[in-house]
Amino acid sequence: MSLGSAGHVLLGLLVSLTAPALAQAPGERRSGYHDMSPSLQAMQDDEIANPGMLWVLDGEAMWNRKQGAAAKSCADCHGAVSTMAGVAARYPAFSGANPRPVDLAQRINLCRTDNQKADAYPYESKELLSLTAVVTRQSKDLPIAPPADPRLAPFVAAGADLFTQRQGQLNLSCAQCHEDNAGRKLAAATIPQAHPIGYPIYRLEWQSLGSLQRRLRNCLIGMRAEPYAYGADEYVALELYLASRARGMPIEAPGVRP
Amino acid sequence: MLLGAIVAALLATPALAADPRRPYVVNGDEIKASLTGRAGDPARGRAIVANRQVGLCLLCHTGPIPEERFQGDLAPDLGGAGGRWTEGQLRLRVVDAERFNPTTIMPPYFRTEKLARVAKAFADKPILSAEQIEDVVAYLATLKD
Repeated sequence: MSLGSAGHVLLGLLVSLTAPALAQAPGERRSGYHDMSPSLQAMQDDEIANPGMLWVLDGEAMWNRKQGAAAKSCADCHGAVSTMAGVAARYPAFSGANPRPVDLAQRINLCRTDNQKADAYPYESKELLSLTAVVTRQSKDLPIAPPADPRLAPFVAAGADLFTQRQGQLNLSCAQCHEDNAGRKLAAATIPQAHPIGYPIYRLEWQSLGSLQRRLRNCLIGMRAEPYAYGADEYVALELYLASRARGMPIEAPGVRP
Repeated sequence: MLLGAIVAALLATPALAADPRRPYVVNGDEIKASLTGRAGDPARGRAIVANRQVGLCLLCHTGPIPEERFQGDLAPDLGGAGGRWTEGQLRLRVVDAERFNPTTIMPPYFRTEKLARVAKAFADKPILSAEQIEDVVAYLATLKD
């Protein structure tokens, strides 16, 4: 048992020198997609049946709409939305002079405030989810590819610390479920390995598309911990750690989950 | 004088209602004495174990409660718990299993300190009261096989 754990750590270090010691070896990594019923898998796979595609279509229309005091559309600077292929696979990342890394939704809002001279969209708003969904969709099937930016290292490490920190009245860490007990049953649910590859994701429980930050809040509330506010540095650190842990896994967005 | 006594009694009420934590003594891996000084009620304990908002037990454990579907499997089966452990061992396992297993995933049901970022609604409250824990211990002790 302990030899096996040590082996995983060593393999993790060999796979990526920047990956924290907890990272699993790629061969063992598994998308929660494979733990769903065939009907839910079919719903995700079929562009007509996947409810998340409604947000993607809305986002596509928004991409071409002129916005803000600058009266510029996304397309006016970027061209077709297909030019965004690979972008979502790199986030969270540093952007411009911003002193901290940002996730993709925050990056989209920076474009709104800095370039379109428009107000930032609220977290979890239909607009922000739609733009995030259409940009992420351009990276479907591309591997998660965090940038080799040494400035990210302390933020990834902070995320790894948060992932293993016990929190809340139930005194649980993320890792206790999603590393130590992934694949086992928490009541009816198969505990997933917590890879961030389907976001923004359509959850039947939500009856909506939602962000990874929303999903992280759900877990914190379940642990009876005080959730961080939307946009908090802690979420971005966790998103960075999860991306480093999922490096190379193909993007599924928009995913569908129960 | 009488009015003063009534006011004092009213002021004292919230403190009484706030589930004062009773001190307990750990011997090895046991808490031998009941947290309330009385034996718990196994029928009430079974209902607490079965309730996913109160005991939460079946989220992680499987137990001999057939009417509850979708039980968890990441912790030991509760069946036979009363045969494997003494009542005192069961009590400490519910109260604060980290006392003897620092990496356990079992939440500390009767601990309110050394916890991080507890949600405001649950701050300074144990997961279960002393009475509820005694009921759960009494129920688990009946699970001999």
